[in-house]
Amino acid sequence: MLTKLPFKNLVNRPARSAALIIISAFLSFSVFGGAMVLSSLQIGLGSLRSRLGADIIAVPDKAARQNDLEAILIQGRPGYFYMDKENLDKISCIEGIEAVSAQYYLASLSAGCCSMPVQVIGFDPETDFSVKPWIQKSYKKQLNEGDVLAGANINAEAGENLRFYGETCKVAAKLDKTGTELDNAVYADSATVKMLMAAAKKKGVGVLEKNDPEKLISSVLIKVKDGYDVSKVSDEINIHLRGVTAVKTQNMISGIAQSLSGISEITNILMWAIRALALVIMAVAFSMMINERKREFAVLRVIGASRKRLAGIVLTESVIVGCMGGLTGVLAACVLIFPFGGLLEQKIGLPYLVPDVKTILLTAVSAVLAAMIAGPLTAAFSAVKIGRMDTGVILNSN
Amino acid sequence: MILKAEGISKRYFRNTNTANYFYAVKKTDLPLFRGELTAITGRSGSGKSTLLNMLGGLLSPTEGRVLYDGRDIYALPDKELSKLRNAFVGIVPQGQSALSALTVLENVMLPYYMYKKDGDIKDRAGELLERVGILSLANAYPNELSGGENRRLAIARALIHDPDIILADEPTGDLDDENTKTVLELLRAAADDKKAVLLVTHENDALSYADRVYRMNGGELTECEG
Repeated sequence: MLTKLPFKNLVNRPARSAALIIISAFLSFSVFGGAMVLSSLQIGLGSLRSRLGADIIAVPDKAARQNDLEAILIQGRPGYFYMDKENLDKISCIEGIEAVSAQYYLASLSAGCCSMPVQVIGFDPETDFSVKPWIQKSYKKQLNEGDVLAGANINAEAGENLRFYGETCKVAAKLDKTGTELDNAVYADSATVKMLMAAAKKKGVGVLEKNDPEKLISSVLIKVKDGYDVSKVSDEINIHLRGVTAVKTQNMISGIAQSLSGISEITNILMWAIRALALVIMAVAFSMMINERKREFAVLRVIGASRKRLAGIVLTESVIVGCMGGLTGVLAACVLIFPFGGLLEQKIGLPYLVPDVKTILLTAVSAVLAAMIAGPLTAAFSAVKIGRMDTGVILNSN
Repeated sequence: MILKAEGISKRYFRNTNTANYFYAVKKTDLPLFRGELTAITGRSGSGKSTLLNMLGGLLSPTEGRVLYDGRDIYALPDKELSKLRNAFVGIVPQGQSALSALTVLENVMLPYYMYKKDGDIKDRAGELLERVGILSLANAYPNELSGGENRRLAIARALIHDPDIILADEPTGDLDDENTKTVLELLRAAADDKKAVLLVTHENDALSYADRVYRMNGGELTECEG
């Protein structure tokens, strides 16, 4: 019966118990929710970094000047720019370069899948080291001419057809989510993308009208050999190739990393403030509760409860409150954060990728444990206080 | 003799000024004997309840000793003193003293389960509730009871362990004449059953049930003759 007493005490005062559970839920919400948002942003950034794959990207001067490169590669804005294919061979001759691969960008006018233009990114399967490792997680076979791979946010499934510039392309597979704007693009090998560029030329698309698509590339992705300084190699390219700008990918990501660091800092401060506030409120609430119930505890002393036993009752109540609050907080965070991850990504404009199930579960368990520990921690002072109270004085005062 | 107060007193400070204090109970000796009902009468605030709480191991005396079967109870560690109070002392505190989360029956049975996990005390609890006239309320909660019914619950709870000593602080407060008589007869019966019973009251009618009567006045205890 004594073991059930803490439960009965909580059930007996539903409003008081609910208030304590809600405060405890705030704590676990901040622990779990904060950790989820921050790690989603970290994973998103990591995913973007590994997706870019290259140390340097060489693009036409004009694209670099107008920030088109960053907009297309990182923000996923549909667009295109081209330079002479000869640049690929010239770059590969520069000392310190381990690998080069050309990419082709084409923005569709409209496609069957989407109400907005879609970015088509073409890669050379023979030399690519950036797109293929990621694609191979979803699609291991060779792409045929006319096949495309759809980013995770493209509204088309494997086997369906998409139409670009009047050409029909078959969706060979849908790619894994990266949490970046690259999920909004369609990927094709160089043969397919050149076919599409030719179709675009027929439709009179800008620069393609005057040039042969076979002689054009959009960018060159460059991997630098170990032991070589990326900045020096980049400078070499900029010095030796006219009309071409080499951009270090680290610089492209550093802006995002900076924003992420700022957001992390603000989120951390906010979350710690919520945690501290929740702990203080819980401690005050427990202290008030003990004060309100001191006659009840005095009666327990009258019938033979030791000080330790009284403290045990208070601490058990606080563990139950912590456990229930912890679960409520985690549940609330799941309901609020996971369904609105996409919206959050849009609002903060940073890559956002939800962690795997194992990480989510571990974080959830940690958040519930934190709330369960916070309960007894905040109630400890009150538990000591009842241990010290003078039963006779309390009984006499009524 | 089963319980003996030896020169106990209780002093309280009015504020942090150490010179400003008063005695709630002045230096007092009080023996409680098996088979006797001892009554202490006096006005409110005279120190009766303070003395009872010191005898029950609930309030440390400023000086002196309380001996149970020759052992100084305030020399015992808290756990042992609590166990002793649970097993051998039945206390009826002043005012409402039931736990609001438990039913009447659970309140009465709680002292038994304080240090025991097995055994069934339901029949004895039912029997005691019947003796104090609230068996029909066994499944009710304390907030559904009248003041008098709450007092009777406290008496049944104090008797659940068949204790050696019963300390009752104004047990007939809030009770009508019939219930007052029932409770006093119950305490008298306990004394006749070789228990040491201490009754703190300011009702003169209750004194006729006592073997010894003391008067408390301004913290000073004096035995009344005859």
